[in-house]
Amino acid sequence: MANETHDLQQQEVQKQEVEMQGAERTREQVAFIPRVDIYETNDAMMMVANMPGVDENNVEITLEKGVLTIKGYVPPTQFEGYSLVYAEYREGDYERSFTLSNDINQEAIEATMKDGVLRLRLPKISPTTRKIAVKSA
Amino acid sequence: MLERAYRSFFNPVDEALLWRGFMNRLLSDWLGAVENRPAPTYPAMNVWMNEDGAIVTAELPGIAPEDLDIAVVGDTLTVSGERKPEELQEGETYHRRERGYGKFSRAFQLPFEVEADQVSATFKNGVLHITLPRAEADKPRKIAVKTA
Repeated sequence: MANETHDLQQQEVQKQEVEMQGAERTREQVAFIPRVDIYETNDAMMMVANMPGVDENNVEITLEKGVLTIKGYVPPTQFEGYSLVYAEYREGDYERSFTLSNDINQEAIEATMKDGVLRLRLPKISPTTRKIAVKSA
Repeated sequence: MLERAYRSFFNPVDEALLWRGFMNRLLSDWLGAVENRPAPTYPAMNVWMNEDGAIVTAELPGIAPEDLDIAVVGDTLTVSGERKPEELQEGETYHRRERGYGKFSRAFQLPFEVEADQVSATFKNGVLHITLPRAEADKPRKIAVKTA
């Protein structure tokens, strides 16, 4: 377990760039694949994505034909009178898509953004179990 | 267990290499764009500089500001903190787990002495900015030449 944590944190030092698939991006800025955790609760799927530098106004969530796409835009950092002399990470946008299964209530998805982390709650369609009364003949 | 998961100790060899790279960069790369170098440990840091000091930035998504510790001694900046894991209830299961969690600590040596009293830091949208003014005593002094 400890090793797993270590590896995760070590990997996190490196950001993974989005590979171009067919269509090109219109923005010149590079895009990265945000790291996500997905877990399932009794009534929903929860998605947690690391998108540092993105605030609630710069995040875009779209759902089309069962494909959920999350995008985050990062305004480039500039400090007046300073120049970048040493860089270990690059800034860029974030982009990632997931295929959702049919049992998600796509109308009721909730999203929050805090400290550069996007949290999505994808509620499951409540199970329609009906009790069938048996009448005596 | 979690504490041991990070390289939370100061590694003089790594830091010396980093320092050398930093100086080479200062000397040779003034004109060109800064090339990316892999971070030796979490978190990755970028450094902006001018003659009055430096601004160090780091991406720390999901870390509460109260879980961050910033310390400056002489010319060394130390950033440590903890990202708490998601608290899953019984019966909840992970499908995918890519985000790291736990404690981290990183020491970073700057090429000048820092005015420790005037260090300030902001944390916004998971990005940390630390402003480190150069100590007055450490600044280069202009020497007036008198005519004899």
